[in-house]
Amino acid sequence: MTALAQVQAPDIDYQGLAPLFALVGGSVVVLLAGLFKGAWVQRVLVPALAAAALLCAMGFSIANWETGDSAPIIEGALAIDAFAQFTAMLFYLAGLATVALSVRAPVTRETGMGEYMCLLLGSIAGMVILAGAENLVTLFVGFELLSIPLYVLCAGEVRRARSLESGLKYLVVGSVGSATLLYGLALIYGATGSTDFSGIAEAIRLEGVTGIASGTVSTTDPLLLTGVAMTATGLAFKASVAPFHQWTPDVYQGAPTPITSFMAVATKVAAFAVALRFFDQALADAATQWAPALAALATATILIGNLGAIAQRSLKRMLAWSGVAQAGYLLAGVVVGSKLGLQATAFYLAAYLFMNVAAFAVVVARERTTELGDDIDSLRDLGRASPWLAWPMTIAMFALAGIPGTAGFIGKFYLIDASVAGDYAWLGLAIVVGSMISLVYYLRVIAVMWMGRFEISLPTIPPRRVRPVGGWSPEADARAQPEVAAVAILAAAATIVFGIAPSPLFDLARDVGSSFSALP
Amino acid sequence: MPFTIHLSIVVFLPLAAGLVAAFLPPRTGRWLVVAGSAGVLAYAIAMLVDFDPDAGGLRYVTDDSWISELGIRYQLGVDGLNLFLIALTALLWAPCMLWAALRTEDRSRLFMFHMALGETAVLGAFCAQDLALFVVFFDLMLVPFYFLIGGWGAGDRVGATTRFVIYTLVGSLLMLAGAIALGVIAADGGNLSFSFAVLEDRIVGEGTQKWIFLLFAAAFLVKAPLFPLHGWVVDTYRATPTPVLVVLSAVLSKVGVYGFLRIVLPILPDASEYFQELMLVLAVFSILYGSVLAFSQDEARLVVAYSSIAQLGFIVLGIFSLDDKGAQGALMQMVNHGLVVAPLFFIIAVLTARAGGAATLERMGGMALRAPVLAALFLIVTLATLAMPGSPNFVGEILILFGTFEDKLAYGIVASVGVVLAGVYMIRVFQRSMHNRLVPGEEPVDLGGLELAAILPVTAVIVALGVYPQLVLDRTEEATTAKVAPAAEIADGGPSVAEAR
Repeated sequence: MTALAQVQAPDIDYQGLAPLFALVGGSVVVLLAGLFKGAWVQRVLVPALAAAALLCAMGFSIANWETGDSAPIIEGALAIDAFAQFTAMLFYLAGLATVALSVRAPVTRETGMGEYMCLLLGSIAGMVILAGAENLVTLFVGFELLSIPLYVLCAGEVRRARSLESGLKYLVVGSVGSATLLYGLALIYGATGSTDFSGIAEAIRLEGVTGIASGTVSTTDPLLLTGVAMTATGLAFKASVAPFHQWTPDVYQGAPTPITSFMAVATKVAAFAVALRFFDQALADAATQWAPALAALATATILIGNLGAIAQRSLKRMLAWSGVAQAGYLLAGVVVGSKLGLQATAFYLAAYLFMNVAAFAVVVARERTTELGDDIDSLRDLGRASPWLAWPMTIAMFALAGIPGTAGFIGKFYLIDASVAGDYAWLGLAIVVGSMISLVYYLRVIAVMWMGRFEISLPTIPPRRVRPVGGWSPEADARAQPEVAAVAILAAAATIVFGIAPSPLFDLARDVGSSFSALP
Repeated sequence: MPFTIHLSIVVFLPLAAGLVAAFLPPRTGRWLVVAGSAGVLAYAIAMLVDFDPDAGGLRYVTDDSWISELGIRYQLGVDGLNLFLIALTALLWAPCMLWAALRTEDRSRLFMFHMALGETAVLGAFCAQDLALFVVFFDLMLVPFYFLIGGWGAGDRVGATTRFVIYTLVGSLLMLAGAIALGVIAADGGNLSFSFAVLEDRIVGEGTQKWIFLLFAAAFLVKAPLFPLHGWVVDTYRATPTPVLVVLSAVLSKVGVYGFLRIVLPILPDASEYFQELMLVLAVFSILYGSVLAFSQDEARLVVAYSSIAQLGFIVLGIFSLDDKGAQGALMQMVNHGLVVAPLFFIIAVLTARAGGAATLERMGGMALRAPVLAALFLIVTLATLAMPGSPNFVGEILILFGTFEDKLAYGIVASVGVVLAGVYMIRVFQRSMHNRLVPGEEPVDLGGLELAAILPVTAVIVALGVYPQLVLDRTEEATTAKVAPAAEIADGGPSVAEAR
């Protein structure tokens, strides 16, 4: 008898882990492929491989799709339910958009395309783990795997001070957030004696309508509540929920724009995914303790985000503040702690992805064609100059403001519906008031694009085919970056399609809702 | 007559034309959009002919599930309440499209597309029989008008359009919150539904009704506009291009007051009764305020702008008299106001063009002798606006005053002053522009082909309705009576609907 035979080999669900294997494997492959310095390898092969890895992961996730509250894998550490697959799908989509936006981005030249894509895929893997975490340790592993590549990517443009500042700021603030989170997780473990979400839920279980504690820990246990508060703080840092949002505008503005887009979308989805699972599954029975606090945070976030956005001239800062406000809307779906709230949040996350990607893609395109950077003036008269970029931006702004005909409207409708049904009607009203304030800055962007002074300009005859100079020229014409325009148009089209025919997204949301069987 | 009217075609034909036109060469594209609006007009006339005044209930109903998860149905229908408003929309949009097609140089396809989207949204709001669908169209209406005013307006157009949209969207968003809350509370854990018919059955408690009433009233009063929510009016009326202003003033303002009749009175009867006095005070105040300011304006457009506030005050007065005669008069007056305002703005555009671009009354005068057709049409419209006996407006205002006199005599008497004031300010505009001496630099040329095509048909309809107002009254009576009934019963001392349940 060898020692090996004594050890029980853990049962590994390879199928469930396949998307992660694709991501991690892909990140190794692109890193190695990036070692070859040929222009074709750098510009075509590596991004193509990264996209292929994402598409593979997407395929595996679709194959793994199942409804209902399926059992987590790896000894209860990682969920592979519809909720996890749905959010994973959003990460892959955001990843694909980021790959497309990055192909010609200066940052990939400085970090190296292989390293850049490797870090990107690694961060996505972290998000997938985080969104599936059913265990405090998995949660933290995912959280860190998500964050660390992003610290590097933010500072990717090593010759630009703003980018370095952004990376450093994100590192410092992110570490504080992580530390707080870790402390909180430790306290929760201390209080409940379990790192599994199911174990935590069991420990604080309330029985029946009378709410008599049948678990081992009271829901008012100070140790538990301190832990919950610190965990919430850590997650709030990541999700840019006020008052832990101050880093957001600076980091968003300084980071390379494709990375800003990725952070704005995917990181937020990941943070809300884990918040939903943590609060609505592990801590569902303690809702009376945390829900009012989160509701207050949501209201503050909505107001602060929208007010902060008004004064911004930089589009990236404006979108950062708007992202803060949107986090407030999303938090309403977490607060109500119901199946409806879960579905509404899932729906809004998808809508949020499309509208933000469209907006950021246009910012990327304008940054490379004008010398104004991300200033709002870079969009001046875009409606005349290139309507194919102006329309996506217009649609994105209207969708973020919640105008009907866009997915943003349906999403807000759904969130308000969930708030009212969950006895938080005032939170619904806060969403409405936030939307009113947001009109000021969203409409300004549209006005700049379409309502500039009418100046007669001689029509220039465009060259038949624009060849990007050396592939990276920031002065290249908009048509030299068809992939950026394509991302903008596709995302805007999705925003409109899901605003008029939202049923497919609702079907997915319903599947997602079935993941947490304990919710009312 | 086995002739089916598909409301979806009515609603979406303009948008379809606008979308296709966006990808055609500008010259052909703009005519396609004009043809689209003409098609809607033809369809609306067919509907008017086909409409059986004695049948009762909703006609030409389209009822499909749209977003089943949220209980939102794609439900369209026509009854006496919206029949003439749909016809009015179709009638006024067609000449505006024509005007826009011939007079817009800059980005004409985009202009036409926004006009078409606007027509679709307004028709959708009038046809909708589902509260959520109504809200969707109501909000969607703003998008094209935001672009039209901001992109093609005059003066401080961006500031004007921003103010306009923020004012109206703040109202609409409040209504959105109110609509969702109403649906959820009315469902009370059951199946969510926003259908008007269902909501009329599921009357919510009185306290809930009150705060939802305020949210809805905010949206509708801004849209109308009524004092004191008219802050957007002056800048917007100054900046808006003529064809846009015509539909903005003639049709869009009606969507708000239509909302009171269609949604607020039948679905929130207790609150309507509770806030009756408040609404009447606002209405009377708007009549006096609008009339007085209309009298003191120098810009022709602003005279009409303030007179519109007064007219809308009359309409709200009629609705909140909570009397079937008053409500019917209000509905009649909605149509009438649309009919007179449209030619008025076209005429002002003509006068402004003749006066070398000057919009003030000082720079106009003496047109009557040299431009007799213009003067004659203007006179008809002026007399209709001041509700001369024999005009449809006379019938409308008399009915409103009758409805008010029955229970709310004091408001009726004060409102009658408004009728007198209307005579004063309208005759002033007519005299200043048509009589007196020609102002130097003015070209006294009579109406051209396009101008005649825009003004004459609508004026003919005014005359026709003046001769035969029964056309409207017969077809609207049953529907308005039904919508006012629940609130009227409470006002007459009947039991509260909320308590009765």
